[in-house]
Amino acid sequence: MSSVAIIDYGVGNLRSVEKAFATVGVEATISADKDTLRAAKKLVLPGVGAFGACMRELRRHGFADLVIERVKRGTPLIGVCVGMQMLFEESSEFGATAGLGILKGCVRRFSDDLQVPHVGWNQVNPKAPNGLFERIPNGSFFYFVHSYYCEPENDRTIVGETDYGVRFPSIVAEGNVCGVQFHPEKSQSAGLQLLKNFANHARKCWLSE
Amino acid sequence: MLAKRIIPCLDVSEGRVVKGIRFVSLADAGDPVAQAKRYDEEGADELIFLDITASSEKRNIVEDLVRRVADEVFIPFTVGGGLRNVADIRAVLRAGADKISLNTAAVENPSLVNEAAQTFGSQCIVVAIDARRVSTSSAPLWHVYTHGGRRNTARSAVEWAKEVENLGAGEILLTSMDRDGTRDGYDTELTRAVSSAVRIPVIASGGCGQLDHFYEAFTIGGASAALAASLFHYGELSIGDTKGYLKSRGVSVR
Repeated sequence: MSSVAIIDYGVGNLRSVEKAFATVGVEATISADKDTLRAAKKLVLPGVGAFGACMRELRRHGFADLVIERVKRGTPLIGVCVGMQMLFEESSEFGATAGLGILKGCVRRFSDDLQVPHVGWNQVNPKAPNGLFERIPNGSFFYFVHSYYCEPENDRTIVGETDYGVRFPSIVAEGNVCGVQFHPEKSQSAGLQLLKNFANHARKCWLSE
Repeated sequence: MLAKRIIPCLDVSEGRVVKGIRFVSLADAGDPVAQAKRYDEEGADELIFLDITASSEKRNIVEDLVRRVADEVFIPFTVGGGLRNVADIRAVLRAGADKISLNTAAVENPSLVNEAAQTFGSQCIVVAIDARRVSTSSAPLWHVYTHGGRRNTARSAVEWAKEVENLGAGEILLTSMDRDGTRDGYDTELTRAVSSAVRIPVIASGGCGQLDHFYEAFTIGGASAALAASLFHYGELSIGDTKGYLKSRGVSVR
């Protein structure tokens, strides 16, 4: 059994995520098989493109319920980019679309005064000590590409913030669930270290308390 | 704060770099993967591969290249050159490219930009515009050229940029054909005209010859990123030197 399973629901470039884990010595498998996903010790929920399209595909594969069930049972999960956004209750992209509702809050579009999408390398400022940041120097840059950002209801859910005219949550964590708005698999050494931290830490150690 | 990006561009044909770095330390200077890794280590923010493979096996060759790069390089990269339809785009993205760029195909079939953005998301659709100045009067005008710069479409580059933004493009790669290869500096007037007309990021390209040209592309041109090819390939400037210089002049870089 693989330690980390990357949920394959037909969206995005999963190969880079798999290779990034392999580079830091973590066995990760891309899988669309429910038994494999259920048996995995940790899960990665990727996502690129439109929120609605990602949710639709996730549901069509029957993975929305699976994700909710595994998270309830305590399996650690990291959502990446739109995968992070889907953890929340709803997004305003193309009208309101329901998310997984694992975390309380919503997803909004950046203000029209800003250049959108937010593309490129930006810094993540830790708000609370967190296992995900281990061995990552303060002020490290990560690669972002997105037009929407998460707005958690509970401030304590935010463990890292990024400044793009507005300060938005770039890392969230609650219990066994966390999410990153940037692409760790495209963020060179800092991103690889973050994935390694996710894979190597025990169940809840990225909790801030 | 969002950093300004420095992007080396690699021309590839039949899976080999054709206008490549003359790094003596590289055992195989024509290997795109070796060069991509070298740029990654030097601190390049992204890479762009411009594929000019002409053979009938083009798709397989490009896919193989993309797969090999994606396996070893953990910064984003764009692949452009000869992508004609959604199937071509899907093949390259599936193989591991982060973005694709469309040029002639977008002009000939603008709905392709829209279809690609709807299918894969705007974040991975770059539209490349090759522009040439056609008027030197008080109101400057640039026309869009296609087919590798051989055909004048007689369309305004600024208007075309606005159109592709509306069609769903996520970024514009803007090359000044007047400056390309001259080393006289980016056409900052063109860059400014386009970057102030759209809200999506603009990558300045064509004409970079020295450090302050990068600075001008960002400050005068309003570019989000600057592309250079030969300057880096021939080792005249390193990415590290470029970023050090920009930082000393107050530009936010990684």
